[in-house]
Amino acid sequence: MKTEHRIVSKRQLSEEVYRIEVLAPLVARERKAGQFVVVMYDEEYSERIPLTIADADPEKGTVTLIFQTVGASTHKLALKEPGDSIVLLGPLGNPTHIEKFGWAVCVGGGIGLAPLHPIVKALKEAGNRVTVISGARTAELLIMQDEMNAVADENIVVTDDGTAGRKALVTVPLAELCAASPPPDIVVAIGPPIMMKFCAETTRPFGIKTLASLNTIMIDGTGMCGGCRVSVGGATKFVCVDGPEFDAHQVDWGQMMSRLGAYKDIEKEAHEKCHLEMSIKQLEKERS
Amino acid sequence: MSHMETSFYQQAAQAELEKIHSAALTPRARMAITVQDMPCQDPEVRRHNMQEVAIGYTREQAMLEAERCLQCKNAPCVAGCPVKIDIPGFIRKVKEGDFTGAGQVIKQTNLLPSICGRVCPQEKQCQLPCTVGKALGGVDKAVQIGRLERFVADYEREHGLQTVPHAGPSSGKRVAIVGAGPAGLTCAVDVRREGHDVAVFEAFHKAGGVMVYGIPEFRLPKALVASEAGLLESMGVQFEMNFLVGRTRKLSSLLKEDGFDAVFIGTGAGLPKFMDIPGENLVGVFSANEYLTRANLMKAYEIGKAGTPIYPSRRVAVLGGGNVAMDSARMAMRLGAEEVRVLYRRTREEMPARAEEVGHAMEEGIIFDFLASPTKVVGDDKGKVAGLEVLSYQLGEPDESGRRKPVPIRGSEHFVPFDTVIVAIGNESNPLISRTTPDLHVDRHGHIIVDEKQKTSLDRVYAGGDIVLGAATVILAMGEGRRAAAAINEVLQ
Ligand SMILES: Cc1cc2nc3c(=O)[nH]c(=O)nc-3n(C[C@H](O)[C@H](O)[C@H](O)COP(=O)(O)OP(=O)(O)OC[C@H]3O[C@@H](n4cnc5c(N)ncnc54)[C@H](O)[C@@H]3O)c2cc1C
Ligand code: SF4
Ligand code: FES
Repeated sequence: MKTEHRIVSKRQLSEEVYRIEVLAPLVARERKAGQFVVVMYDEEYSERIPLTIADADPEKGTVTLIFQTVGASTHKLALKEPGDSIVLLGPLGNPTHIEKFGWAVCVGGGIGLAPLHPIVKALKEAGNRVTVISGARTAELLIMQDEMNAVADENIVVTDDGTAGRKALVTVPLAELCAASPPPDIVVAIGPPIMMKFCAETTRPFGIKTLASLNTIMIDGTGMCGGCRVSVGGATKFVCVDGPEFDAHQVDWGQMMSRLGAYKDIEKEAHEKCHLEMSIKQLEKERS
Repeated sequence: MSHMETSFYQQAAQAELEKIHSAALTPRARMAITVQDMPCQDPEVRRHNMQEVAIGYTREQAMLEAERCLQCKNAPCVAGCPVKIDIPGFIRKVKEGDFTGAGQVIKQTNLLPSICGRVCPQEKQCQLPCTVGKALGGVDKAVQIGRLERFVADYEREHGLQTVPHAGPSSGKRVAIVGAGPAGLTCAVDVRREGHDVAVFEAFHKAGGVMVYGIPEFRLPKALVASEAGLLESMGVQFEMNFLVGRTRKLSSLLKEDGFDAVFIGTGAGLPKFMDIPGENLVGVFSANEYLTRANLMKAYEIGKAGTPIYPSRRVAVLGGGNVAMDSARMAMRLGAEEVRVLYRRTREEMPARAEEVGHAMEEGIIFDFLASPTKVVGDDKGKVAGLEVLSYQLGEPDESGRRKPVPIRGSEHFVPFDTVIVAIGNESNPLISRTTPDLHVDRHGHIIVDEKQKTSLDRVYAGGDIVLGAATVILAMGEGRRAAAAINEVLQ
């Protein structure tokens, strides 16, 4: 009783960021920019982990996932090697609405650069001028730069510590671009919730339409549990079926962030245990 | 009543069996036989574990309970059974000690008796019109048909006597089943019997639908559902897990490009309803679906092993009065809550939950606040649940049906502290398939519209179970799956 989804390649992009390519021909064929999958590292005890599709190759039948080891579950996923099978369901959520807007500014923070890439590509293919703002804590964590440079008209790099590009938050160049005349026609922001919130605050006074892709806690990813719900414009929405992209000016960010933190204490404990397990595994590898 | 061990019931039944001579019993004597109670785990113990609450009849109890049946010519019980099991027929076999034979009688019309025996609302179905119950003045005195059904099915499984239904010679036709819940699984078996190739597409990583993600282990062991699904695999039914029809593949593509000759949609009622009161998105408010899925399917109760966390709760409010509410409350208790209260707007009589589950919940220490309903979830400064504002009701004038309607008592709002709120007020239909399938007609609740043969507005597309009925029952879902299978088999002839 199985649908095999085999990992075909794996690469570590930085200390905490992994890129895996998984065999999933139907998903590779159907998926569109902005959609995500739910993966599990095993069938018994794994959590269901939502990950945005970073890329897909319908010919090879593979989808590319890029994830950061932020908790116990993503750590266990990172322990999987090429040849191993994982559970994968998708493509989920609504595709990004792509049209010729004119000038699009796409802001990606940290791991958010991965899901941003297919959107940049699709916007470009639809005839938009696309400016990317790539942000990260430090140069080491700046991913997808070759890919972005290859498609975007312009790629502005910022880091918190100035180890690459400007030493600034993404909202600084974003505000500058918003002040240009004519201003951008649309802004797409993907990254940590706090970054998306501040991008929304930055563009709000300019009245520029801003989309954010929400990464809430999920279980089924099909609309069955309501665990992913957020309040958007005063109405409750299920991110997995109504989203994942919403009007960033309408999202109740405070609520979304407190819901994301619901299991923080439990997760912290599990995460620490995981780090221990990983270092033991590392030690064993070195010994043998 | 204080708790009794299985051995007590067994010995009592044995002694009573020895005293009676089956053939010579008058109806009056049969009705004088003690109703056989279900041996259960001690409430004090079971409220801390996930093992099955009801242990099952012993062989002596089953044979004695079977003696209570009068073998009525008109068999009113059969009329009350949604799939028309030959109830007096199987009970006669139990009486004779021919448990295997009894199993064969049941299997003629019900493929999953070990499940139905555990979860059917018998007191509203077969046991309601039972002659014995009527004569003794209460449905709780009726012949315990459900318990006997469970005994027979368990006997068969425990003795390795389960038989795999036979798949007919290959017809070359292919049928797609969407959803591996009771409706889909039943349809799959009946279509496969005719020799058609059958593929079941299921969004989750395990088969069973609500039977694996909703109904808890302590009421329906998951190994049992897996064993039934395993029988389907042995029949040659293919399972495509982690496959969301509408997203992974469109329904129309299954028919037009993938060569399926017919499709059955059994996707259930998977869209949780909320109360629509302020504060429902606070941290600590869950739909019953989320709470139970974390606990059941994702095994969050195996702390340390499971990757999915469960919210640490001390004071839990469960909103609703159905099976889903009972399951959520009892699960919360088992996950370590100190106090669990069920808030229900009406009274015990109106509760739609199975009577046995309500009784079990009460034994386990769940507190019921009848005639109460929240108006608001109150949060703390961290966005977490701090409690509920609750409005009290009283019973007003009887309405046309003679039932007294609850009416709110003005100004009775009061605050009750809770850290967790589980909303168990039912489900609506998941709109994914209808949204991605033009021309598939649904009503204003999103239920798929079907004719008397379960056929939808689309050619070669059938539907059944909760997606058609709204949140209903396992047995009704099975009934619809069966009816659809008969229609599919007819058109594929
Ligand atoms: C907590 C709880 C307790 C209950 N207790 C009882 C009880 O004691 N007795 C009783 O008789 N009934 C009970 N019920 C009701 C009963 O479980 C349902 O009526 C029954 O399961 C409905 O069966 P179904 O086959 O229609 O759908 P479901 O059991 O809901 O199964 C549908 C399946 O389809 C899958 N699916 C959905 N959409 C798609 C898609 N697009 N592609 C692929 N797969 C899809 C789902 O993942 C699911 O596995 C209970 C329900 C709940 C929630
Ligand atoms: S109605 Fe009751 S007594 Fe009569 S046949 Fe059915 S189970 Fe037996
Ligand atoms: S993840 Fe369950 S409804 Fe969205």
